[in-house]
Amino acid sequence: MKQPSGTLARYTVGARVNHWVNGLVLVLLALSGLALFHPSLFFLTGLFGGGILTRVLHPWFGVALIVTFAGLFFRFWRYNIWDRTDTQWLNRIRDVLAARDENLPEVGRYNAGQKLVFWLMTWLILILFVSGLTLWEEQLGSYFTIGQKRVGAVVHALAAVSIIGVWIVHMYAAFWVKGTTSAMTKGRVTGGWAWKHHRKWLREEAAKVQR
Amino acid sequence: MTNTWADIKNADLVVIMGGNAAEAHPCGFKWVTEAKHYNKAKLIVVDPRFTRSAAMSDLYMPIRPGSDIAFLGGVINYLVSNDKIHKDYVLNYTNAAYIVKAEYGFEDGLFTGYNAEKRDYDRKSWDYELGEDGFVKVDPSLQDPRCVYQLMKAHYARYTPEMVSRITGTPVDKFTKACEWIAETAAPDKAMTSMYALGWTQHSKGSQNIRGMAIVQLLLGNIGVAGGGMNALRGHSNIQGLTDLGLMSNLIPGYLTLPLDKEQDYPTYMSTRQFKPLRPGQTSYWQNYPKFFVSFLKSMYGTAATKDNAFGYDWLPKLDVTYDVLRAFELMHQGKINGYFCQGFNPLLSFPNRGKIQAALASLKYLVVMDPLATETASFWENHGVHNDVDPGQVQTEVFRLPTTCFAEEAGSLTNSGRWLQWHWAGATPPGEAKTDVWIMTQLYRKLRELYAAEGGKLPEPILNLSWPYSTPDDPTTDEIAQEINGKALADVRDLKDPAKILARAGQQLDGFAQLRDDGSTTSGCWIYSGCYTKKGNQMARRDNADPSDSGLAPNWAWSWPANRRVLYNRASCDLEGKPYNPKHALIEWNGEKWAGVDIPDFVATSAPEAGAGPFIMNAEGTARLFTRGMMKDGPFPEHYEPFEAPVENVLHPKVGPNPVARVFKGDLEVFGKPDEFPYVATTYRLTEHFHFWTKHALINAILQPEEFVEIGEALAAEKGVKTGDRIQVHSNRGTVEAVAVVTKRIRPLTVDGKTIHTVGIPIHWGFKGEARKGYGANRLTPYVGDANIETPEFKAFLVDVTKVAAAVS
Amino acid sequence: MSVLQHALDLKQSSATSGMAPAGEAVAVAKLIDISRCIGCKACQSACLEWNERREEVGVNTGYYENPHDLTENTWTLMRYAEVEQDNGDLEWLIRKDGCMHCADPGCLKACPAPGAIVQYTNGLVDFISENCIGCGYCIKGCPFDIPRLSQADQKVYKCTLCSDRVAVGQGPACAKACPTHAIMFGTKAEMTDWAGQRIEDLKERGYQNAGLYDPPGVGGTHVMYVLKHADQPEIYSNLPKDPQISPLVDLWKGVTKPFALAGIGLMALLGIVHYVRTGPNEVAPEDEEQARRTLENPKS
Repeated sequence: MKQPSGTLARYTVGARVNHWVNGLVLVLLALSGLALFHPSLFFLTGLFGGGILTRVLHPWFGVALIVTFAGLFFRFWRYNIWDRTDTQWLNRIRDVLAARDENLPEVGRYNAGQKLVFWLMTWLILILFVSGLTLWEEQLGSYFTIGQKRVGAVVHALAAVSIIGVWIVHMYAAFWVKGTTSAMTKGRVTGGWAWKHHRKWLREEAAKVQR
Repeated sequence: MTNTWADIKNADLVVIMGGNAAEAHPCGFKWVTEAKHYNKAKLIVVDPRFTRSAAMSDLYMPIRPGSDIAFLGGVINYLVSNDKIHKDYVLNYTNAAYIVKAEYGFEDGLFTGYNAEKRDYDRKSWDYELGEDGFVKVDPSLQDPRCVYQLMKAHYARYTPEMVSRITGTPVDKFTKACEWIAETAAPDKAMTSMYALGWTQHSKGSQNIRGMAIVQLLLGNIGVAGGGMNALRGHSNIQGLTDLGLMSNLIPGYLTLPLDKEQDYPTYMSTRQFKPLRPGQTSYWQNYPKFFVSFLKSMYGTAATKDNAFGYDWLPKLDVTYDVLRAFELMHQGKINGYFCQGFNPLLSFPNRGKIQAALASLKYLVVMDPLATETASFWENHGVHNDVDPGQVQTEVFRLPTTCFAEEAGSLTNSGRWLQWHWAGATPPGEAKTDVWIMTQLYRKLRELYAAEGGKLPEPILNLSWPYSTPDDPTTDEIAQEINGKALADVRDLKDPAKILARAGQQLDGFAQLRDDGSTTSGCWIYSGCYTKKGNQMARRDNADPSDSGLAPNWAWSWPANRRVLYNRASCDLEGKPYNPKHALIEWNGEKWAGVDIPDFVATSAPEAGAGPFIMNAEGTARLFTRGMMKDGPFPEHYEPFEAPVENVLHPKVGPNPVARVFKGDLEVFGKPDEFPYVATTYRLTEHFHFWTKHALINAILQPEEFVEIGEALAAEKGVKTGDRIQVHSNRGTVEAVAVVTKRIRPLTVDGKTIHTVGIPIHWGFKGEARKGYGANRLTPYVGDANIETPEFKAFLVDVTKVAAAVS
Repeated sequence: MSVLQHALDLKQSSATSGMAPAGEAVAVAKLIDISRCIGCKACQSACLEWNERREEVGVNTGYYENPHDLTENTWTLMRYAEVEQDNGDLEWLIRKDGCMHCADPGCLKACPAPGAIVQYTNGLVDFISENCIGCGYCIKGCPFDIPRLSQADQKVYKCTLCSDRVAVGQGPACAKACPTHAIMFGTKAEMTDWAGQRIEDLKERGYQNAGLYDPPGVGGTHVMYVLKHADQPEIYSNLPKDPQISPLVDLWKGVTKPFALAGIGLMALLGIVHYVRTGPNEVAPEDEEQARRTLENPKS
């Protein structure tokens, strides 16, 4: 495999497209959802052509998210299986936040934080999808009782806030840890980045290259 | 109605039996709710079903359809044997004390004089014993065994509470409680009102159902008083007006009777209409009959009616038999009537035994339908699958449809149940080619007249001599017709007591029927309506709803017949001295000079109490009749007869089951069902969401009650394995109706003579035209027999079987 | 159902805060006296007429109710319940169902669209179709299961208490049409007073538990019932015994809203603070060097 000097391939074109579409949909969902969630954000419906279109589009964005996220899930789920080092890593979260990487165990393709983001996203999207179905009056209103819809509304709201939180963590981590975004923009990371943050993965990649 | 709608609020007790006011007369039922709230009135409902009225009641009890006289006879027995009557009233204002002929009797279900072959009575013995003075003998002690009171007591002694329960299925305790409540209104200051409708009339003894309650009300002194009376709730907005104007084949307007075959000349006709008083000093107002009759003839024939030709008496038809609707369709069925004008009427759904009606219409040469709606009758020849399974190719009848305006598209008056003539104005323009009934009738008349004028023919005079005094002869206005009905003076009308005084000048409208004359100097199309359109103008258009006495009479709202009187027989609300029995709800009283009060006295206003005239001035007796002499075909006292289709024998007299004098045509007798084959009692009725067969043409009514259904009780449903919403078939010996089953707690099985009797309830409103879903129509099931006196069909009690319809295989 | 109805002053409007306080108007109420109601459906008919709504002609499913439930066109519906009393006597309890016009309206609380649900100062709760986005949140908010979503235009409808008529001094169409005065309309004080007289009458007739249905759980209602059996409202075709806005809706539309936004804001803030304190997590040249070595010699 031919590589630009000192960089490693992290994401294929397919994965990157999938990720960004997924991200876009998630942002649209968040904006449209927040517009319907809090009166002070209702102005956001303007982005979608008004309240009615927002109400129409939001559940369809949800359907889109399930599809795009399924792509990501099946691409990445096996890299996100929890192992012992993840627990060690998580126990030293103070060192993580203080950027004292030297105190942390060697990390593979994903660290525990990334794995948590992955699984939280997975579960929250599932919860949002199912609870969202109960709220989709236009298409499914007659299939649920009002009691179910009320539970659905609360669960949907809480899950939505949570996923926004997870999304903020995800975004911030990418911003804070310099060199990360190129993984999703160019598909490649520098060797130094890999050495610093995913040393075990770097070694594995290096071994592959040798072979 | 003897009283008037708003007067119901003055009642202390409301009895709804033989009707379902809340369902069929919701606007009138308002006055029951007012009575309950403001007058603390109680409401008793007696009905085979727990109806919308029952839902409002303080006491409900079920009754087997067709057993009302047993119930009412039981009430009479209770009142008489417990001495719970208004004595003063009964003695002075009814014929209780009158002595009846010794020949009169009643045995084994039959009154004296029965002729089984003719199915009729010789009614000569049903009369009073007259003294040498020509007046009826009386026994004011009421002890004479031949007096009406004692005969009545003996007649109803058989109707014990246990017997009532055995016949009607009504529980004894409920019945007794009802009797107690009813009896409380024997107090002079208490009144009970009776509200009834087709639940009493549509029986083979319908008239006697009403007589039964009339007797109860007379015993309680509840006739002629505020909050009392016999109140027939009329179904159509103007059916009272139709009756007043001579609906029946033997009547001419104002309840005058058409001459009979045997009354070929005027003196003969009048000889039986003298109405000589039967007691001294009585008014016997029908003595004025010639005035009403001659004025009617003058209004018919105008200048052609002269004293010399007995005002055109010869031109009136002379009746051989009554042509009630059942006879008319029987004759049609036999091919003896072959042309039919059907005006505002839907007989294909309205008359019993749909199959026979269908065949009768199909044997006509022509049928003319005048109606604002596309009725089933006008389309009886169309095939609508199971809902009207005919082969149009086999029907040769030529059908003409003449679309008419509906009430809201024309001016005119409607007479309500309380006898109020209320003028209304056109609110809309008629659609399409619709024309008023008057215009259509006018064109027919003018065409016929042309033909008679040109060709002569048999007896052209009635047509050629008809008076037609309208400003536009081609299109008379309802205003002109109303004036004509009221009547006018042709010459100056003078006061009979003071001839110098002119009451109405020639050409003027009359003030009322007191101004009618029998010498040809007045006209009036309908004497009882005289006063509706006077020289002061159209009284029916009055709209002052002020009711200063808070009596509900509102004397300046519209105009009621007779003479704007709101409560008939109101003289009976006062004692012999002329003082109101119930000062709280006084209607009139004697003020020393004349009768006056919040209502128009139903009495000669200046006739002092001492003169001794009775309050029932239309009767030759001056009193009300507990015993009706020979005036009813089926007995001077109401007797319980079973419906023609009954689930049990007549336990009072097994040999005489149904009404022995009700007319049954050959062919109809054969299709009466028997209880072994048709074990359930069926009754038909209306729903509040619909008006007969009209409102199924209106979308909103169709939304509110879209589809034909049949109501059965939970017990019968369980027996048949039917759940609510399943489809069932109801069979009688004449046809089948298939509809949705509404399974309800509101119909319970009754125990009648030891047998469990289930009732099946069949609303009538569905046909194959209009907005609502197509239905079979209840009249496929009903028997072709009517009341013995006036031939109202027996729609309320007949026998059926019920089967479940197997679910369609999908 | 139209913005024209703003002829009435607003007290509350959905998804709108900081409204200028309107002058207090006299609270009005519709009183439905079930003891005088004959179930004739004149109110249903008048409602369809006045509001120019129509239904398809339906079917009979074995009951008197038609249509079978409230719909976007049927804003009021007569419901019929056959109830056997302990002594075996039957009662046919007929209730006119429809919007109760709660003083504390769950629909308005749930509605996310500004001005789509309003409460006038006289107490009427009205849906303003022009502002309705069709989300159906009001359906979840309502403790009485009243609003219905139209499949035709995806907007939600319910009884307006004829706010258009009330705005010009008329009573609602149903009250106008009611033949027995079972439906009355006036100030809430008058209606409460009249109900008192009716209850007295019912008690005299032996209905010891007669009473007024004006449930405090929703702050009282501007549609009230006189019930013969006020102790068991549920026998009247499931009239809720103690209705209140569901705690779930309270949670959803109550604390969740500010806490969620605050939570999101806090997360963002924490990120900023962390960044300012910690600075960017950058890759050092030594790291690149280490990486280069590793890649060249993975075993090292």
